[in-house]
Amino acid sequence: MNLMDPVQVFRMEAAELFVVIEEGLLDLLGDLSNQAQIDAVFRGLHTLKGSGAMFGFEALAAFTHHCETAFDRVRKGEVPATAELVAAVLEAQDHMKALVDTPNGDHEATGNGLLAKLQAAVGAKAAQGCVVAAPLPAAVASISTTAAPAATRWRLRFRLPVNAMANGTNPLGLLDELAELGDCTIKAETSAIPSLDAIEPDDLHIGWTVELTTTQPQPRAAIEDVFIFVMDDMEMVLEEVSSAPTPAVAPTSVALPLAEAAPSEPARAVNTAPAIADAKQTKPAAENVRVPAERLDELMDRVGELVIAQSRLSQLAGVSADIQLRSVSEDVERLSGELRDTMMVLRMVPVGSLFGRFRRLVHDLARETGKEIELVTEGETTEVDKTVIERLADPLVHLVRNSIDHGLEMPEERLASGKARAGRVTLSARQAGGEVIITIRDDGRGIDRERVRAKAEASGLIQPGQMLLDQELLQLILQPGFSTAAQITSLSGRGVGMDVVKKTVEALRGVIDMHSTPGEGSEISLRIPLTLAIIDGLLVRVGTGSYVIPLSAVEECLELSAEEDLRSRGRSFISLRDHLVPFLRLRELFRTGTPPDRYQKMVVISTGNERVGLVVDQIIGDHQTVIKAMSKLHHDVVTFSGATILGDGNVALILDVTHLVTVGQQQEAQLRAAG
Amino acid sequence: MNKHLRKHETDLLWRDREDVAVLTFNLNGETFAIDATVVQEILDLLPETRVPGAKAFLGGVINFRGKVIPLADIRLAFGMEAGETTIDSRIIVVQLDIEGEPCLVGIRTDKVYEVTTLAQASSEPPPSVGMRWRADFIDCLVKRNGEFIIVPNLKKIFSVDVTPTGMFFTG
Repeated sequence: MNLMDPVQVFRMEAAELFVVIEEGLLDLLGDLSNQAQIDAVFRGLHTLKGSGAMFGFEALAAFTHHCETAFDRVRKGEVPATAELVAAVLEAQDHMKALVDTPNGDHEATGNGLLAKLQAAVGAKAAQGCVVAAPLPAAVASISTTAAPAATRWRLRFRLPVNAMANGTNPLGLLDELAELGDCTIKAETSAIPSLDAIEPDDLHIGWTVELTTTQPQPRAAIEDVFIFVMDDMEMVLEEVSSAPTPAVAPTSVALPLAEAAPSEPARAVNTAPAIADAKQTKPAAENVRVPAERLDELMDRVGELVIAQSRLSQLAGVSADIQLRSVSEDVERLSGELRDTMMVLRMVPVGSLFGRFRRLVHDLARETGKEIELVTEGETTEVDKTVIERLADPLVHLVRNSIDHGLEMPEERLASGKARAGRVTLSARQAGGEVIITIRDDGRGIDRERVRAKAEASGLIQPGQMLLDQELLQLILQPGFSTAAQITSLSGRGVGMDVVKKTVEALRGVIDMHSTPGEGSEISLRIPLTLAIIDGLLVRVGTGSYVIPLSAVEECLELSAEEDLRSRGRSFISLRDHLVPFLRLRELFRTGTPPDRYQKMVVISTGNERVGLVVDQIIGDHQTVIKAMSKLHHDVVTFSGATILGDGNVALILDVTHLVTVGQQQEAQLRAAG
Repeated sequence: MNKHLRKHETDLLWRDREDVAVLTFNLNGETFAIDATVVQEILDLLPETRVPGAKAFLGGVINFRGKVIPLADIRLAFGMEAGETTIDSRIIVVQLDIEGEPCLVGIRTDKVYEVTTLAQASSEPPPSVGMRWRADFIDCLVKRNGEFIIVPNLKKIFSVDVTPTGMFFTG
């Protein structure tokens, strides 16, 4: 196993910290007195500073230190959290990201500017100081009641994780901090130290028992504060012994200087009932394993190969009379199916991780444009293949920007047309069949069709006066080089972007639907297949070739009777339960040059709103389909979304249902025009 | 100047080398050669899956060790007749650089001869007239033992935006 570059590890860690900090800050904006969020932000900043310094990001550490200091004051109630402060730290956070990405770049000027802002945000209030900070809750209240409470006596036993020192925790520092709280008796527990030959110099095997007499007003909180950054991993028992030193435990509580710590008597530790275990200690830790994406992909490939090998085995077993072979083959089939499903789940990520980043985007856009925007997200728990999520990130940013920049009106304009002052952008995700549908909806002015048409005519995308379906007209927006914004803003309107959205979605075998009602808003839906790697397919034969139809698109299979077949010649429609369903003869479409089988079968598939029948020669059956990409050289062939390898080693092509229907409709139109 | 420029644009085989190892093969009785370094493997004929709607010379795919790769018949790209397969027919798998990405392609041949060395000194650019085939698909001609060996310009032949054929409804 190769070790990862520590700097890279830090970058990953930093990226996660930024998410935590940003979420904390944005939540704070909604509720400025939320102590939990203040703590979360502070902790995030502190960890970032610490790790940054450890990995040689000095500029980052120094800069972050100032933000941390500011938040520390907020945390202690010396200054209140304000919207300005949060905004300043949000901005500062972007600077920190730059410092992480390019630690050697020239960031001095920006940094100083940001720090000035930060100082202004904190300083203004700091002048008033903690005296006036009365409206603040709990934290401040405790400071004002500094009427020297009675000394309390605490016993604290703690043990840090073995790798604590390797992770940069200094236990001596913690002990020093404890000593600052009051009169301290510290005793080392050395029973866990292994023999010399097994010892790793970096490992920490010593635990400590500390008896502390303190006059702190809130001793428990003060003690826990010392351990705030290591609490999640450590073992700690904290109990109040009694208000005054009692002689009961005196004989054994002899102070031993750390260095001389002899093997101690463990008996004493058991005699007092462990009164209160720290809450954090009992919290079950979420077991997460970080795995590089390539390894997941590798595993996916292996599973793919296994599925192929398994279908070969099934085929062999199917023609064999050996009962035992058949039963083994069925077991393998079940297992590989389960393995495949588990694998798919591994790759699934909730869309929420994608939506999360839009809160910040919207926050920034609202400031830039002066519009008031409310972002609503729905269906965050919908899960999508991670590759899909990664590739959708940029297109969604474009779409949200477009909605805000072109769609939403200024507050006054909205009020004038009887809408709420704040525009609403809704991001939603839901699963439907084998697809996930991600929708961006706004309640803005809608797409101006006249302007779209004028623009398209001006740029030569359509002929003047050309007849277009509404959907076709809207889709023009997705063409390269198209932009309706009269003026280019910093957000959108450069005409790049929308065609990138289209390209990305198509590369994911997805479809874009657009709806827009003038004055009421627009809705853009991206329909993307759930996964890119393995699908359930229906294997069919057309002529001599085998083809796979994605099972998620299949509605039903039926036989096309000879009479219906004859009757339908020339019109290509059949009546299915009182609905007319158009159909395509794949044999003709693919020009197989073979005579049709006697009993033609029809597979009815649905694409969006349309149902279409595909006439095939034979339906072979269910097939676990490992999707192999078509070669770049075959990218002009849009009828197939990929290929797969069958049990006998032959290649079968996977039909791209949506495109196939389009092609079929074109053909029908041509036939109609010709005949 | 013009000649110099042309050399850089189309001369894929030599690239300032005096001698180049090539693999020679037969298509419809003509001897062709391709740079031996791009050759991955020589295969017996494999079951081929037709791709309806693809360009005629890229009309099929094969299963090459678990990968689905296109099988090309460069005769069709040149406008030659597609011959019958014989006992000597082989597939040469080559790795090409298509738009910056490595891409495997199988090339159907009537017979594979040998790996041999060609000298740049005996090479000439394709004559601009009097050719039976598209001149821009030919990198150069190399004279050896009294016959001309054709070095096809695979990059050009497989360049993605080549003649927009392959539509469903050409007829």
